[in-house]
Amino acid sequence: MLTKEQSADIFDRIRRFSSADEVEAIFTGSRFALTRFANNTIHQNVEEENSIVSIRTNFAGRTARATTNQFDDESLRRAVTASEKLARVQVADPDLLPMPTAEEADSEDPLADKIVRATRFFEETAAIAPADRAEVVKRIVSVAGKHKLTTAGICSNSESRDGIFNSRGLANWHHQTMAEISITMLADDSSGWQKSNSPDVANLDPVRLAETAAQKAVESAHPREIAPGKYNVILEPAAVLDIVGFMFWDFGGVAILDQRSFLNDRIGTKLFGENINIWDDAAHPLQAGSPFDGEGMRRQRVQLVENGVVKRVVYARATPQKMKNSEYAAKVGPIEPTGHGFPLPNEMGEMPMNIVFGASEDPGSVEKMIALTERGVLVTRLWYIREVDPYEKIVTGMTRDGTFLVEKGKVQCGVRNFRFNQSLISMLSNVEAMSAPVRACGEESFDMVVPATKVREFNFTEATKF
Amino acid sequence: MKNAAHLALDAASVGGVSYADARAVSIRNRSLTTKNGRVGHASGSESLGIGVRVIAEGAWGFAASADLSRAAVEAAAARAVEVARASARVKRENVRLALEPAAVAEWTTPYKVDPFTTSVEQNLDLLLKVDAEMRAVAGVTLAETGMNFLREESWFLSSEGSDIHQTKYSTGAGYTAYAFAGSEIQKRSYPNSFGGQWQNRGYELIEEMKLVENARRVAEEAVALHQAEQCPEGTATIILDGSQLGLQIHESIGHPIELDRVLGMEANFAGTSFLTLEKLGHLRYGSELVNVVADARQEHGPGLGTFAYDDEGVAAQSTPIITNGRFTGYLSSRETAHTIGAVRSGGTLRAEGWNRLPMIRMTNVSILPGEKPLSLEQLIAATDDGIYMETNKSWSIDDKRYNFQFGCEIAWEIKNGKRVRMLKNPSYSGITTEFWNSMDAICSRDEWALWGTPNCGKGQPQQVVGTGHGASPARFRNIRVGSAYS
Repeated sequence: MLTKEQSADIFDRIRRFSSADEVEAIFTGSRFALTRFANNTIHQNVEEENSIVSIRTNFAGRTARATTNQFDDESLRRAVTASEKLARVQVADPDLLPMPTAEEADSEDPLADKIVRATRFFEETAAIAPADRAEVVKRIVSVAGKHKLTTAGICSNSESRDGIFNSRGLANWHHQTMAEISITMLADDSSGWQKSNSPDVANLDPVRLAETAAQKAVESAHPREIAPGKYNVILEPAAVLDIVGFMFWDFGGVAILDQRSFLNDRIGTKLFGENINIWDDAAHPLQAGSPFDGEGMRRQRVQLVENGVVKRVVYARATPQKMKNSEYAAKVGPIEPTGHGFPLPNEMGEMPMNIVFGASEDPGSVEKMIALTERGVLVTRLWYIREVDPYEKIVTGMTRDGTFLVEKGKVQCGVRNFRFNQSLISMLSNVEAMSAPVRACGEESFDMVVPATKVREFNFTEATKF
Repeated sequence: MKNAAHLALDAASVGGVSYADARAVSIRNRSLTTKNGRVGHASGSESLGIGVRVIAEGAWGFAASADLSRAAVEAAAARAVEVARASARVKRENVRLALEPAAVAEWTTPYKVDPFTTSVEQNLDLLLKVDAEMRAVAGVTLAETGMNFLREESWFLSSEGSDIHQTKYSTGAGYTAYAFAGSEIQKRSYPNSFGGQWQNRGYELIEEMKLVENARRVAEEAVALHQAEQCPEGTATIILDGSQLGLQIHESIGHPIELDRVLGMEANFAGTSFLTLEKLGHLRYGSELVNVVADARQEHGPGLGTFAYDDEGVAAQSTPIITNGRFTGYLSSRETAHTIGAVRSGGTLRAEGWNRLPMIRMTNVSILPGEKPLSLEQLIAATDDGIYMETNKSWSIDDKRYNFQFGCEIAWEIKNGKRVRMLKNPSYSGITTEFWNSMDAICSRDEWALWGTPNCGKGQPQQVVGTGHGASPARFRNIRVGSAYS
């Protein structure tokens, strides 16, 4: 995996090979390992190492990108030439900005970067060996055996390095680790699931996760079929992040300009309940990832929703000027670069990807939500979520791996899984209670800091056969 | 590259290793898009590397490296052995591979025009013409187009003597017109959603698709949807176009027949399958008209699942999946074949690139066309009361592949054999076997097309590969419609 110094040397060679007005190089390197288990045995076990350089060239409003994972002169020359050929044939884009300088990209508090870097790389996580992962799997399988269950899942660790250099002097670098465990426990007609990840493996407790997943599998055995309809629903954090993740693609300036956002004509309005507050905050202690965006700009902390009112969207560098020149300028809140752009060139513009939900004044717990529910459904996990209606933000999907009927303040039994068709606008207007936000991970969206939530009138439209 | 594969095999030939294979892969890609009259992105990429797979002490290990130097390749092979020995600490039985004769072969996707020999100017000129046609329609608020080429050259060597050199080309293109008005966003795509049509062919695919010729009609439909009635909620006869039926096959036949899912190997992420082993040969999957094959052979067509050998050196095959409505076959690998009593793998193991472990993937899972001549217009003419739906908009199915819901971009109500009005926001839902048993008509070969699904995700770490699905329009009775908006 390339170091920052090696990457800087490669960037110097790239600059020499290029005749472009400006050059940018994004370096992505990772050492990744994943042990996969099913049927109480390790059945797949992989390790890989790769480094990539993605080269962007600019010629007076024309830009393009070429990528390679080989760093000899011939390969780099070929990538530079490919990037330049792709750029030169285009019609100039008057909105394309010069690449940012280091000063422009780091205009926020310079200490923030050091804090983030100091807390997202952990030697113990990077040093995990195949035998260590096998030992973790053995402990998970042991829990499955104790409960007479079958288990499947993953145990993984990675070390990654991300850097961006440009010919105007920008040189940003981020070094991080990540450990992740996901566990499914299977009984004859039921299942349970838990997943957790963190840059620091010390934050993961595989046996506790396995015991919780096992408990869900055992308690949801022999699921009852209950009629679909509108229910009070308690969504655990993984279920919350997987469903709400579908709306954040719309919280960007380009989404508004393209008129593909459900926030078209709605910014500044009270779209959600009073208890909904949402930030994007890459520096939050429970967040992970790089402190800079696809152009090297520092990711700023932005409040997207305040007391249910959508206050603003996020911006890449070039989007604010386009927004200011548009017919929407007066009704979209603050318009300024926020450090949320994707690598250029791209069609999507920007997106907030370090979502943090605000805590309620009186955060409860899932247990308390259950105790205060006369009749409802407890959901562990949602699955195969897809957008049905882009403006009402209706999404469909299934419950999975632990769905329970709650009556008279107690979990009564497992129930067959439901299909939902639910408007996210309606859902976030009907949140009755929230737990304290936690770092959560699922399969349908990026990791977030979200609470468990209790939602009124969640719309289950069908039930499946299990 | 081939030398790197030899080095890896030599380095993996150590004590306790009963099997090894190495795949050295070189991938090249071009990706172009436009948006509202401007280039959206223009990018190219190259990726080289090697993946080494071994069985040591009866368990699997895999390691991959982008560094093809002798030292790095030998280190990757040693790492694969170390990983396999760690796997052996948590195993119940040794891995068993079905016998497969060693193959020595060269193969390249048949094509007329190498897409990488076409100029970027030519590609962008075509996309911008399409873009202009769409934006010429009043009411279109966003026009997006895209074109992609992929070339993957691989050298597969195994400790059993296989030596296979394959070069595969994939080409895809398509576009979407969006119209936002009032409180609705409507869209229409051509020739399909998911970036259009994709096949293992050269640039000739682009030239045959009539991209410019259809752009204005498609854009007009996106705008017209705002004036259309909402698709009703209830039970109806539906007719699905070939592209939507292709995705229906993908989700409700292609995934549940993956034997690794059936055996629980994907339980944590992709899920399992309702097609438990005792159903093979017995389950009435669909009506008598339903005949489905998984066919990776060139003679089936240039689908995204077409190749000469899979990624563990097994020759491409055609497996009957559903025969006159009865469930007759799974997608299998050398490791899983014995669980269904097969002596040979079905040849479906594929990997995304060099750095991923090959796993069971759909090849071209296709429904065979009806034998009696039947065009789409004849099928509509033969339908008294129904809804014709076209082009996928949303898709979702449970983790055992029973309950599904699909939304389409556009529909037309059929009354007395005629399309009488456009409907917006059409959707339908159901249970897999009930749905396929309700099929009472399917159009013939003239309407059959081999659609490409370029974005099929599976595995941990997730791998995205392309799959092919041949289909012609078909009719289904008593289907629940409209529940997405209930």
